[in-house]
Amino acid sequence: MITPSQTVGPFYGYALPFARGGEIAPAGDPRTITLHGVVRDGAGAPIPDALLEFWQAAPDGSLGGAPGSMRRDPVDGAVIGRDGVEFTGFGRVPTDADGHYAVRTLPPPGGAPYVSVAVFARGLTHHLYTRAYLPGCAEDVLLASLPEERRGTLVAREERERVYRFDIRLQGDEGEETVFLEFR
Amino acid sequence: MTETETKTETETQLPGLPHQRAIDTEMAAYEPDGTAHPRRDYAPYRSTLLRHPRQPLLAVKDDPDAVELTGPVFGPTDVTDLDADLTRQHQGEPLGERITVTGRILDREGRPVRDQLVEIWQANASGRYAHQRDQHPAPLDPNFTGVGRCLTDAEGGYRFTTVKPGAYPWRNHVNAWRPAHIHFSLFGSAFTQRLVTQMYFPGDPLFPYDPILQSVTDARARERLVAAYEHGLSKPEFALGYRWDVVLDGPAATWTEGEGEQS
Ligand SMILES: [Fe+2]
Repeated sequence: MITPSQTVGPFYGYALPFARGGEIAPAGDPRTITLHGVVRDGAGAPIPDALLEFWQAAPDGSLGGAPGSMRRDPVDGAVIGRDGVEFTGFGRVPTDADGHYAVRTLPPPGGAPYVSVAVFARGLTHHLYTRAYLPGCAEDVLLASLPEERRGTLVAREERERVYRFDIRLQGDEGEETVFLEFR
Repeated sequence: MTETETKTETETQLPGLPHQRAIDTEMAAYEPDGTAHPRRDYAPYRSTLLRHPRQPLLAVKDDPDAVELTGPVFGPTDVTDLDADLTRQHQGEPLGERITVTGRILDREGRPVRDQLVEIWQANASGRYAHQRDQHPAPLDPNFTGVGRCLTDAEGGYRFTTVKPGAYPWRNHVNAWRPAHIHFSLFGSAFTQRLVTQMYFPGDPLFPYDPILQSVTDARARERLVAAYEHGLSKPEFALGYRWDVVLDGPAATWTEGEGEQS
């Protein structure tokens, strides 16, 4: 008797995004990587009102996360963001007017070499899950189960040192549309 | 924006839109598909057309190491006490019918979701969002933003004080109106249990005309999106009370409950 999903709609903007929501890596950590890309619809047009959430293991492999992603100022209640020490494992960013997003995080560890991504948008009645794998995980069971042309949609491309490109296509032909996951 | 400008804009945008009757006919053609969640390819809600996947989703099961079986956590630094009262976030009090909304968050095994983040957002009593892209010519309320947060308690309980949101028009089709609703964002103990949804108010005459609510094709599942008015929750001379419980879908890592067994 589960509760059904409903679309996030167009007006979440003053409620869900929070200051430094994409700064998942503790400030100044030299291991920090940038993961960025564009979210597109079935016509290839950028989606300017999508919301992305990110969840991943810490570099030591732990999956416990930590509170404090939305740390608040006790004086005026404003979101002042993470304390720069804890790795909460969680990020949230809206896409920009050109459909682009970016997060800065720590590389996921070898045992769980991907960042889990949830996609919300107006026109999407139920959010979608996908995974951004860093290059070089060919032995991963889920990746290995996919035909070559679909596998590529889950692997971020190294643009330059520590900067990875991960585009998301909500709808398209096989090999073009991002592989989305369903957990049972 | 003046009233004249609004009308002109509406008139120029409406010619391409279908009428309510056409949308009603389309909605009537959908049969329940056996799941409680809405269809992602639900054409009566026009924005779904280019935003639903056409390829089948890849099922992930029997992978105890999947990262998604765990999820983000939140704590006392992530919320303030005032966040759960949307009527006290400004200097004055908002206009509208003051209400409290309370309930419990459970997982699909019926276990309470404890110490977890609940976020809400809504239009004001006139049906207007504090968002610059909301062009509905209804008044903004300087004493109402319409955003709330809280952490669930040990029983999975949450509670908000707010005002009842108004219905509002949108441009899915001619004369399209959203029934009054509060948007909810919920986390479970696993990222797989993440839920964003909308809570409706009992007896709203707009239900049958709304393709967003009707994207849930199972009638009993739609009923679970509607809060119950509960007189015992109403506070004399202060607020009307509504109860709405939420059951999250999706598997979670068994070790989070400390049972020491694998399912
Ligand atoms: Fe809404």
